[in-house]
Amino acid sequence: MYSSSVDYYRATSVADAVSMLKKNKGAKLLAGGHSLVPAMKLRVAQPTMLVDIGRIKSLSGIKAGKKEVKIGALTTHAAVASSSDLKTACPILSEAAALIADQQVRNRGTIGGSLANADPAADYPTLMLALDATFTMMGSKGEREIEASKFFKDLFTTALKSDEVLTSITVPAYGNMEGMGGAYLKHRHPASSYAVVGVAAMIGLIDGKVARAVVVVGGITGNPMHAVAVESALAGMEPTEANIASAADMMDIEATLGDSYASSEYRAHLAKVMAKRALMLAAQRAGG
Amino acid sequence: MSTKTFGASIKRKEDPRLITGEAKYLDDVQLPGLTYAAILRSPYAHAKIKSIKTDKAAKHPGVLAVFTGQDFKELPALPCAWQADAGRIKNNLNTPRVLEIDRVTHTGMGVAVVVADDRYTAEDALNLIEVDYEPLPVVVDAEKTTFPGAPQLHENAPNNICFDWSCGDADGANKGLSDADVVVKARLVNQRLIPNPMEPRGCIAQYMPASEEYTVWMTSQDPHIMRLLMTAFVFGIPETKMRVIAPQVGGGFGTKIFLYPEYCLMVALARKVGKPVKWMETRRENYVATTHGRDHVTDIEIGAKRDGSITALKVKTFANLGGILSTIGPGIPTTLYGRLLSGAYKIPHIYCNVIGTYTNTGMVDAYRGAGRPEATYVVERAVDLVAAELKMDPTEVRRKNFIQPGDFPYAPADNILAGLKYDSGDYDKALKKGLEMVGYESFRKEQAAARKQGRYLGIGFSTYIEMCGAAPSAWIGVSPTGQGWGAAMWESANVRVHLTGKVIVTIGTQSHGQGHETTMAQIVAEELGVPLDDVTVQLGDTLGTPFGYGTYASRSAAVGGTAVFNSTQKIKEKAKRLAAHMLEAAPEDMTYEDGKAFVKGSPDKAKTIQEIAGAAALAYSLPAGMEPFLDDVTYYDPPECTYPFGTHICVVEVDKDTGEVKVLRYLSVDDVGKKINPMIVDGQIHGGIAQGVAQALWEGAVYDENGQLTSGSLMDYAVPKAGFFPNFELGSTETPSPNNPLGVKGVGETGTIASTPAVVNAVMDALSPFGIRNLDMPLTPEKVWRAMQSAK
Amino acid sequence: MAQAVSITVNGTAYTKEVEPRLLLAHFLREELGLTGTNVGCDTSQCGACTVLMDGVAVKSCTVLAVQADGSTVTTIEGLASDGKLHPVQNAFWEKHGLQCGFCTPGMIITVVDLLNNNPHPTDEEIRHGLDGNLCRCTGYQNIVEAVKYAAEAMPA
Repeated sequence: MYSSSVDYYRATSVADAVSMLKKNKGAKLLAGGHSLVPAMKLRVAQPTMLVDIGRIKSLSGIKAGKKEVKIGALTTHAAVASSSDLKTACPILSEAAALIADQQVRNRGTIGGSLANADPAADYPTLMLALDATFTMMGSKGEREIEASKFFKDLFTTALKSDEVLTSITVPAYGNMEGMGGAYLKHRHPASSYAVVGVAAMIGLIDGKVARAVVVVGGITGNPMHAVAVESALAGMEPTEANIASAADMMDIEATLGDSYASSEYRAHLAKVMAKRALMLAAQRAGG
Repeated sequence: MSTKTFGASIKRKEDPRLITGEAKYLDDVQLPGLTYAAILRSPYAHAKIKSIKTDKAAKHPGVLAVFTGQDFKELPALPCAWQADAGRIKNNLNTPRVLEIDRVTHTGMGVAVVVADDRYTAEDALNLIEVDYEPLPVVVDAEKTTFPGAPQLHENAPNNICFDWSCGDADGANKGLSDADVVVKARLVNQRLIPNPMEPRGCIAQYMPASEEYTVWMTSQDPHIMRLLMTAFVFGIPETKMRVIAPQVGGGFGTKIFLYPEYCLMVALARKVGKPVKWMETRRENYVATTHGRDHVTDIEIGAKRDGSITALKVKTFANLGGILSTIGPGIPTTLYGRLLSGAYKIPHIYCNVIGTYTNTGMVDAYRGAGRPEATYVVERAVDLVAAELKMDPTEVRRKNFIQPGDFPYAPADNILAGLKYDSGDYDKALKKGLEMVGYESFRKEQAAARKQGRYLGIGFSTYIEMCGAAPSAWIGVSPTGQGWGAAMWESANVRVHLTGKVIVTIGTQSHGQGHETTMAQIVAEELGVPLDDVTVQLGDTLGTPFGYGTYASRSAAVGGTAVFNSTQKIKEKAKRLAAHMLEAAPEDMTYEDGKAFVKGSPDKAKTIQEIAGAAALAYSLPAGMEPFLDDVTYYDPPECTYPFGTHICVVEVDKDTGEVKVLRYLSVDDVGKKINPMIVDGQIHGGIAQGVAQALWEGAVYDENGQLTSGSLMDYAVPKAGFFPNFELGSTETPSPNNPLGVKGVGETGTIASTPAVVNAVMDALSPFGIRNLDMPLTPEKVWRAMQSAK
Repeated sequence: MAQAVSITVNGTAYTKEVEPRLLLAHFLREELGLTGTNVGCDTSQCGACTVLMDGVAVKSCTVLAVQADGSTVTTIEGLASDGKLHPVQNAFWEKHGLQCGFCTPGMIITVVDLLNNNPHPTDEEIRHGLDGNLCRCTGYQNIVEAVKYAAEAMPA
């Protein structure tokens, strides 16, 4: 409940934040604080300094274009969930954001903070992989972009360097395209509300057949993974219940995470069931 | 009684301060010079304490002092109230010390304390204390702890057995089983629960050296008992040298009844440090330092004839008491569990044997229902298992065995209730009403149709009784025929009508959410015929309230309320005599109605209670021998307990692919006798149901084999949220209790007692096509899914 | 090192020196003596500490006081105006939406925010809107009733 002592610096710009991170090895970025502050209260995180980027206006906001939507890293989950731009252009993302934790947490927690934390039980990483999102980050060596598949390295570990700040996330505006549908389903841990298993499914239809299927599973491995066998099985098929069911059954991701609420074996099973249900919903939304 | 306030759903008098944030809970209490304590707790479940180095911590800026168990070794271990001795049963008692000295027997036991200027600093200093532990082997299972080779926790308890207790007739039960057409055996686990009142525990102690007096604020359900136990059994000081105040208390559910080491530690610190000291639990601390509930492993054998009539019930339970005893720990799985195993049924032979054991886990004691949920779980599951075996409808088996209205007062077989008798009831009426509310016949049709579509609906029943309104003192106490609790269980109430006609009631109960400031006032307003706003109820402070046993065991209405009622009757008698004097009439001609005393037949020539109170307070003209003031106190020892009952029905759907259980409907028909405030009664039932359903589906304390509580916070332990429940549908029947003048039975725990088996029975009903008869709680999706997989 | 923070709470501006690690909940309770906001857990689950910060509900135990610098905060003590209870407070009283009262301040604030965003929520929306607030006493039933009652009483 009582964090250890920490110094505090309020950054006025991204460059300012980067410079502080570079100078102070034990410093951590503070955005919404809803991953960091709880960890500090348990003293599992004991940063020497907090570099508060919470007021850097350029880091907030949603810019919707025809092909992509760019989301500032400091955009809260509540803003992502309620954004009419996202509901039109990338509805799976706002649907998932609305399922994060609770209203109070969504009012403060940020998309950038959550992604940089890379909790295996979080929702966004699964979505980002499914959407093939691009992350932009700024460090002492300048700005760079990384695709989602290269961003997540391990549990709680990303490609962000110690002096880098995640500045924005770019997702495809698939909602503007014909024949595209997506759905995110989450089996919520009854205590923590985290994703025991989270499945993001996206379907693109051409002439009533699946041109592309995306199924990403989170919660059963350190980082979310594509269910490649399922995706391949559906390619070129009609999105009927039978085809979707047999494709979902082909999932062969080895579940490595498990706890007293849900063993890895059960999580793997749940992932298959949820994949089927998410694909059905995605197909419906794609117009199938 | 006219029903102006008694029986009315009146808005609570306590609410204005609660809805505005004005109310002061323990952590809100501020004192000049207040210091803050933080307790270092053992990370090991079983270990010797070899050494503790506190010098770094003591030197930390802002720290006033650091102490270990050695600094308080002159204080005895805390008292345990369940002696159960009187030569009848050996009781190997071990209780905590304010801080442990040589060894710890569960994670979270306190070994050192820091007193500092603020709570953040105290926490910093805790991390500077170095303790050298020698870890010892650990055992956590209630039954396995008695096996040869298990680590021994306490020298005086061979095989980790605290007690071996029984009730009923073993020979009779064996004969009943052999006479049966079917005997069903099952192992039922009632898992450990963490009560989680929203406010954790805390304590502030202040010592005044000149008067050698202590003032102690604590989150307590029974301040008078706390004072008595601390002064007489821990500190050896006169009872009058301590004042205990329970400020606003944020829920208790039993956990705040007991005398805990931290309370005594704060008292000792206040004197040692010379400044007031505050300790407030964090939630994670609550999980290791505050009592848990339930944790029984039970083997049952139930025999029945083909027609569904039960011939015998035999029960053997291993009851986990934890690594050390809480104040009443051993009393719960005995007095309040074994003795209730007849349930709502005429079971001809019953035998129950309970082995209370020590394991390297947290203390176990009363938690909402205290023994009766465990008993109801056994009985209601047993009845369903019999029904499944006989392929009979579970409501038919229940009906077949119900105690009938004409059987009251009913003494369960084999004297398991040790002389007490169920007071009144009509169990079938409640069941009938429940079946109507749920639409039983059409549900069974719907269920059959759903099964054909591969959907699994289930319905479960719990036709419960419970025993509350605790208790006749000679029955519960250390009397020749008593249950061996070192306590009495009467209750007190002082009612005073002041000069201006306003009434002050002081009572020994301690409301921590139950609304006594309203309900007790309703009784007084009804009886004395005064406006509800004119009645103020004061409680929770040993200064100014008569000694009382506090609030738990759903006793406040039946016992406390009766004490209030009896005091109002005494006041009315005195008022009539004084009014007679004022009216120059004969006292025997007087009557008292609607707040006025008058000669029978002449209501227009009356004296109001306000006028009478004024006359009594001024004492200018009183009849010979009458003392001034309208003031009476009652100490009421109930002659019997009270026995609420009812039918709870749960409807669920099980997702065949994931095992998830969804509660579609939850209905209850409860008979709690007369209701003082139906809105408050319903609120108690809602809250009770939520906790009982939570045990069936979501909650469960988990210890690993090293005695680490892996469900160590709200991140892992699933206290239910609003979205988990449907709206509960409440019905009721009203069978007044003949055991008290109010006719109330009590309601605080019925929801929890009844609901757990209703849910489990519903899930088993949903899973019956799979041939699954019994699954242990909580019925998590994985557990249900695995059962369905194994059955295929 | 202490930081100066300026926070407007219930309409009054305060400037205090605080340690960066001080939680907003503790700032409100200890520095300002506004003890209506309660602390019920240490893992950000229970919501007893909920306050309005810049108009939206937040868990004050998961916000550092330094993060609230320059913000406007409303606690339970600031809801009533001119001695008149807020309709949500009144609804909780009318509908017996509280028993021990410990979760109530946080619960009421969350409900104020919920109704601001969704003036006529369904039962399901109410129940899920309370995902961040635990109550152990009421079983939530009368809280849901209180929210519906408040929704009717509040201007659309």
